[in-house]
Amino acid sequence: MGMTITEKILAKAAGEKCVHPGQLIMADLSMVLGNDITSPVAIREFPKFGAADVFDREKIALVPDHFTPNKDIKAAEQAKCVRCFAREHEIKNYFEVGDVGIEHALLPEKGLVTAGDVVIGADSHTCTYGALGAFSTGVGSTDMACGMATGKAWFKVPSSIRFVLKGSLQKYVSGKDLILHIIGMIGVDGALYRSMEFTGEGVKNLSMDDRFTVCNMAIEAGAKNGIFPVDEKTIEYLKAAGAKDPVIFESDEDASYEMEYEIDLSALTPTVSFPHLPSNTKTFDDMPEVKIDQVVIGSCTNGRYSDLEAAAEVLKGRHIARDVRAIVIPATQKIYREAMHNGLFDIFLDAGCVISTPTCGPCLGGYMGILAAGERAISTTNRNFVGRMGHVESEVYLASPAVAAASAVTGYITDPRRI
Amino acid sequence: METRGKVFRYKDNVDTDVIIPARYLNTSAPAELAAHCMEDIDTSFVKRVEQGDIIVADRNFGCGSSREHAPLAIKASGIGCVIARSFARIFYRNAINIGLPILECEAACDGIKEGDIVSVNFDNGVITNETKGESYQAEPFPPFMQALIKAGGLASYMAGEGR
Repeated sequence: MGMTITEKILAKAAGEKCVHPGQLIMADLSMVLGNDITSPVAIREFPKFGAADVFDREKIALVPDHFTPNKDIKAAEQAKCVRCFAREHEIKNYFEVGDVGIEHALLPEKGLVTAGDVVIGADSHTCTYGALGAFSTGVGSTDMACGMATGKAWFKVPSSIRFVLKGSLQKYVSGKDLILHIIGMIGVDGALYRSMEFTGEGVKNLSMDDRFTVCNMAIEAGAKNGIFPVDEKTIEYLKAAGAKDPVIFESDEDASYEMEYEIDLSALTPTVSFPHLPSNTKTFDDMPEVKIDQVVIGSCTNGRYSDLEAAAEVLKGRHIARDVRAIVIPATQKIYREAMHNGLFDIFLDAGCVISTPTCGPCLGGYMGILAAGERAISTTNRNFVGRMGHVESEVYLASPAVAAASAVTGYITDPRRI
Repeated sequence: METRGKVFRYKDNVDTDVIIPARYLNTSAPAELAAHCMEDIDTSFVKRVEQGDIIVADRNFGCGSSREHAPLAIKASGIGCVIARSFARIFYRNAINIGLPILECEAACDGIKEGDIVSVNFDNGVITNETKGESYQAEPFPPFMQALIKAGGLASYMAGEGR
């Protein structure tokens, strides 16, 4: 029996010839990631693993991105805890404010993940790096502490669901619409414990940014990881980022899949997740009129350059509606600079948007755009649970940057193709 | 080992944002987290919860963020066990890693109602609904997981045989 790309990567990391779904393995890790919320708990647990020092100071990334620049005194203490640990253990990949960006945009951009890697991160959206042909998955702080101390993590090898993509996306339809469509189709636990493997001739038509967005939200279907095959676009991206040489794995033709879905990319249309689950999706064929108070364009899901570009294309020469607040958050300093240099900032500022430094801030209801009772936001982020962006009686609608920008202009959820 | 108490009954997809909202994640002190546990789904939880009480929920309990603060908050609130039809995978790992007992059991989730008095025997996985006079058998953990639980969590397991 052949193996899937995920099984092959895990087998190699566990020093096994082959692995099968359900098998428990201890895998060697290529990178261990934490942020300013999850790392302090891992740092507290770290001494319990009995290691004098971290397993490899170059294979740990500490990215204080959630509540930085520090939102309050307690958040400042947490950031300080991470900073002190990074200094004490000479962690190479610690990113201070001024250098830091949103972790899942930052690590690929800095070349810290390559194809064939096994990455764990104490952040659920660590599954993003599957776009690079790596196995990467979110874990908790104790697993992160274990990873920092030993360089290892235990996994149950997941079974796989295959999504065969064909065709290409239409204008104003993006990777975000694809993944929202899939989550709407299979549900928030539709891929629970499983690997979501994206394959087929349509893959080549997806940009790397689209692939990052798709893998990023695999967790929103309950998946352990999302993963794409490596192609020329991946290799070009890894080279440009200065990543280590890729180790390329491919699923065998006789690999076994628990389920298979075929998706025609050209048939997809802009998709929005209504409160309070990412699976509660609608397209503009059956969209009621939803008035909005706030728009957020950013996050580890959609804060990359092409996301800002898509929003700017809609906002160019237009102004946001009078009753709307629009917050644009470039995910990294590099993206920030490029957006500024290429005139996107002028478009956002002329349109009446505010531009923030890189932070996760509003996505998880931390700061920089909290909603009051009864307020509604359309957001390019990844979760719309009860109270996610603020008051328990506020609402979050998830969408692509183009839909969010079009909605900012009109003041209600709007199809970017009809503006 | 056993826990016994009254049941807090919840539905599908109880996410980590309602278990412990991110506005309280500027601390990781278990007692501070426990003071806001379940706040966005059940404002009376913190007032009513007592040592040994049990949460029973339907599918995909603990979905969403990887925050270990969620099982930490539940454990520190006094909850002795969470029973669900299924758990989200990161929550499942985290609960085992920090020593919060969790069990998967369809029959218990079918039979148990809010406020029932339930006891759980962790040695044999038998869940007894004293209010209804019923008992249910939970899914046993795989041997590796049992070893982790027996060791008292991931740290002591890895410091012992796992190294």
